[in-house]
Parts: sequence; structure tokens; C-alpha cells
Amino acid sequence: MTNYTLYWRSFRGLLLRDISVLRREVIPFLIRTVMNPLMFVFVFTYLFPKMGQGFQSSAAGGFGTLILPGLLAVGIFIQGIMATALPLSMEIGATREIHDRVMSPLPVTWVAIEKVVFSAVQSMLAALVIFPLVYFIPATPVEVHVSNWVALIAILIVASLVAGTVGLFIGTVVKPEHIALMFGIVVVPVTFFGCVYYPWAAMHNVRWLQILVLINPLVYMSEGLRTALTPNVPHMPAWVSVFALLIGLGVLGTFGVKGFIRRVLT
Amino acid sequence: MTDAIVNIQKLAKTYPGKVPVEAVKGIDLAVQRGELFGLLGPNGAGKSTTISVCTTRSLPTAGRVSIAGIDVVQHPAEARRYMGVVTQFNTLDRQCTVWENLYFHCRYFGIPHAESAQRADDLIELFKLTEKSKTFVKTLSGGLAQRVQIARAIAHNPEVLFLDEPSAGLDPQTRLALWDIIRELRQRGITIVLTTHYMEEADQLCGRVAIIDHGKILVSGTPEELKSSVGAQRVFQLQLQNASSDGHRRRERGDRTGGLYRRARRLVAGDRRRGRRQPQRHFRKRNYTRVRVHQADGEGPA
Repeated sequence: MTNYTLYWRSFRGLLLRDISVLRREVIPFLIRTVMNPLMFVFVFTYLFPKMGQGFQSSAAGGFGTLILPGLLAVGIFIQGIMATALPLSMEIGATREIHDRVMSPLPVTWVAIEKVVFSAVQSMLAALVIFPLVYFIPATPVEVHVSNWVALIAILIVASLVAGTVGLFIGTVVKPEHIALMFGIVVVPVTFFGCVYYPWAAMHNVRWLQILVLINPLVYMSEGLRTALTPNVPHMPAWVSVFALLIGLGVLGTFGVKGFIRRVLT
Repeated sequence: MTDAIVNIQKLAKTYPGKVPVEAVKGIDLAVQRGELFGLLGPNGAGKSTTISVCTTRSLPTAGRVSIAGIDVVQHPAEARRYMGVVTQFNTLDRQCTVWENLYFHCRYFGIPHAESAQRADDLIELFKLTEKSKTFVKTLSGGLAQRVQIARAIAHNPEVLFLDEPSAGLDPQTRLALWDIIRELRQRGITIVLTTHYMEEADQLCGRVAIIDHGKILVSGTPEELKSSVGAQRVFQLQLQNASSDGHRRRERGDRTGGLYRRARRLVAGDRRRGRRQPQRHFRKRNYTRVRVHQADGEGPA
């Protein structure tokens, strides 16, 4: 068996283990995936219009259309962090069970990459679960128009991988006891300033903030999905989103993998 | 030394920091195929660091380590194929059952599904884990978890097994059971390198022992050679019998042991005064303890 054949088989073994564990945790997975977008869509795009209130949107299809890509993006983002950062932080810091996988006959870098890949799979599953909710629940029909499936799939994959690398980075840097704090000081601001509930172009009146949020990878996830799913809503050009996400993937991936290696090797 | 499966040359390891810690200061060691080799030393001696470098979990500051001829720094992933590792801490996958821990470990080593399942079944039987096969490992006792860890470490048929303080934290009964497992593995031809700070453990199990302290190997040889070199012909062995409760066992290990030891010394001193040369002496302490005093080399008291 050549080294690369063994690497691939070993990598597949790691994925199989993660899939097996996830299969047992389908209900918790669904709950943590569905609850936030379900509540948000129900209250703001179903209940509010029924009550005669609601957010005004110039976008065709109303507020439901405006936030559909954003809620998909935030679902991908949160799932990526939950799937990687929380378990990794425990496995490296508290239980140290990561050593079992680190001792597999595979370069340690690939053990870290497996974590990101599996996280990306979960993020994409999360997007599939969230889509029908944000499409069917709003009182006003949501207008989705996919003109370029390749672009949609590419953005979904890259966005999911970026979410995984964010999780990898956080999981290797943050101690288990500080994970909850991390959600408060990182995830919440990233979500609120991630162009989830408004398009990036609409921020032009607050120019400094519009520029500042460009460091936030969630902005490019939301805008990229807006381009692919709701092209009638103002959005960044597709190439800008993909390019920025690829840069984010490279930078966060490098720091994440280095952090992982630093934590598991002394 | 040509058949050395573990070859350590001038190994040094310094942990960086505000105050760098020199954990290992130039170790040379060769473990032959089929050996059961012990690294004996107190806590902080450098045993675990040496094992960590050998098992690719730590990078050396200087020196070279090879396993089955493969340099662990240059080709760590390849070297890992040939080794099994049981670390000091429990690294079992808490989200998996006992069987799954063994099965997925095989899959990590590229073994196909059917063969992995078969090996997991065989190991479950070999290590007498049938009843616990479907139990999640987080519920296992320390002794059982250690058994599963050893079973997992040999699941991919490694050529050398590293056991880092395998009996640390185990009660005496479980420790004896563990020793039986280690002896059984040696009989199966697996090279074993174990670290311990229990002299008795090294004496009972190892064919060869290196005593390590302050990051250096002080002396190495067979347990008999080492004992004779320090004139330790006499062994005081305290056998605990009918220790029916943890309370008894605790008392024996603690306050009672000192008293038994003093009584044994008085007994031997009395023999010596009377000019007796008895290879073995027994006496009872209460109804659950027996102290046996015997000569390690078969000669009478000096």
C-alpha cells in the first residue's frame, strides 16, 4: 500500500467515525440547526406581517427574500463553529482524545483538514435543512432565482469550508471553559455585522462601518449567497465574494492548522 | 544492536518558555525486537518525554529516533504504522463504544471494514471485554479503560508497543491483571517499551531496564544485574491476602505497611543473630495479611 493510498484510507476512516457519531446525534443536530432560523423567520416574516407590522424592504419579495441568503449563511457559519470549535476544544484541552486520531498514520495537517471537511459537510446539511424553512414560512412569497448553479454550489462549498476553518481556529485557540464567552464576544458581533439581515450595499450611509465589516467572512458568505439565490437584491459581484472567501480560507486555514499542530505536538 | 526496533541516539528535548526546561539531556538507547524494555525513573525524570518523541507526539531538540528504521521526525506518519501507544491519560473516544473504539482505530490504519470488524471482535474476546462491548467508554472504570486502550493500541498489529506508565492510578488487583496482559503480549512477540516509576513493576515485567533521572540514563541492564550491582539481594514482599474491602487495602498500603516492614526487619535480624539461613519466612498479620521474607538470589541472610 503506497503512502497516499494509506493517507486516503486513513482520512476516510476519520470521516467515517465522525459520520457515525453524527448519525447518533441527528436530533441535537437538527435542533441546533433549525431553532434560530425557524424562530427568526416565523416572527419577522410571518408573525409581524400578519400583525400588520414588519420590516420594509425595497427588494422584490419583501423581507423574506432579503434575509433568505443571510439566514442560510449564518446557519452555515454557526454550524461550522459548533461542529468544529466545541468538540475540538474538548478533545484537545479536556479529554485529550484527539491523540487517538493524531496517532493515525496520516500527516497531522490532514487530521485538522478532516475536521474542516466534516464541518463543511455539516454546514451544507444545515443549509439544506434551513432552506425550506426560510422559503416556505414567510407570509410574503420569497423570490429565489438561481441563474448559475455552479456559482451557487461553489459559494456553498467555499463558505462551508471557511466556517470550518473559523471553527478550527477557535477550537485550537480557545480553552473549553472560555467557549461560551467566545460565542458572546466573537460569534454574536460577527453575526450582527455579517450582512445577514441587510445587504452590504445598504450600509453606504454608515461608510466607516461598511468598510470595517469587510474583515468579517460572514459578509462574503451572505453576499455570495445573495448573488446566487436572490440576484434582485443588491449584492457584491460573485467573484468578489468567492475571491474574499478563498483568501479567508487560506488565512484562517493556515492559522487553524498551525494552531492545531501546536496544540497536539509539543 | 543491528536488530534494534527502537533506536534512540543522543536524544535531547528542551521545552521552551520563560524558564526553558531540559527534560531529556542526550539519551542513547536501543530496544531489540521482542524485548520488554522498561524505562524506570521518578516523576519528571524524562521518561514520558522520551516516549512522546518516540511516538511522534513531541519534536526533539536534538538527536535522532527511529522506529523500525524509520526516522520519527522525518517521516512521522509512516513511523506511526509500526507503533501502538498507550499514553498516561485516557485517550479513548468518549463518543464511541468499546467496540467502535477498536473498529475505528483499525479504519484509521487503512484496514478494510470486514477485517476491522473481525479484529475488533477478536480483541474484545482476547481482552475479556465481551460484556462491555457496546458500552460507551466514558462509563468504564480506570482498569477497564486501560485494558481497552491497550487493546486499541495493538489493533493494527504494531511491531512495537509503547506503554507510558500503564499501571499509574490502578489498584493493586487491577495492576496485577494488567501485568498478565503485558506478559501475554510479550509472549505473542510484540516488542514493548514501558515507562514506570514502580521498581517492582520493572522487576516483574521487564527483560531489560534503563534507570533514568534528570533527563539522563544512569544505568541499564537486566533487573538481576541492576539489583546485584546495588547489593539488593534481599526482598521484602508483602502479600495481602483476603483483602476483602477497599478499606483493608488502603490500610495495608498506608499506615499498616510501615509496621509490617519493621516487623519483617526484626524477624530477619533475629535470624541473623541466631545464625539461621532461611530462604523464606512467613508470618501473619491479623487475619488478612501475610508477610513473606525471602532471598532474591536464593542465598541466606547476610
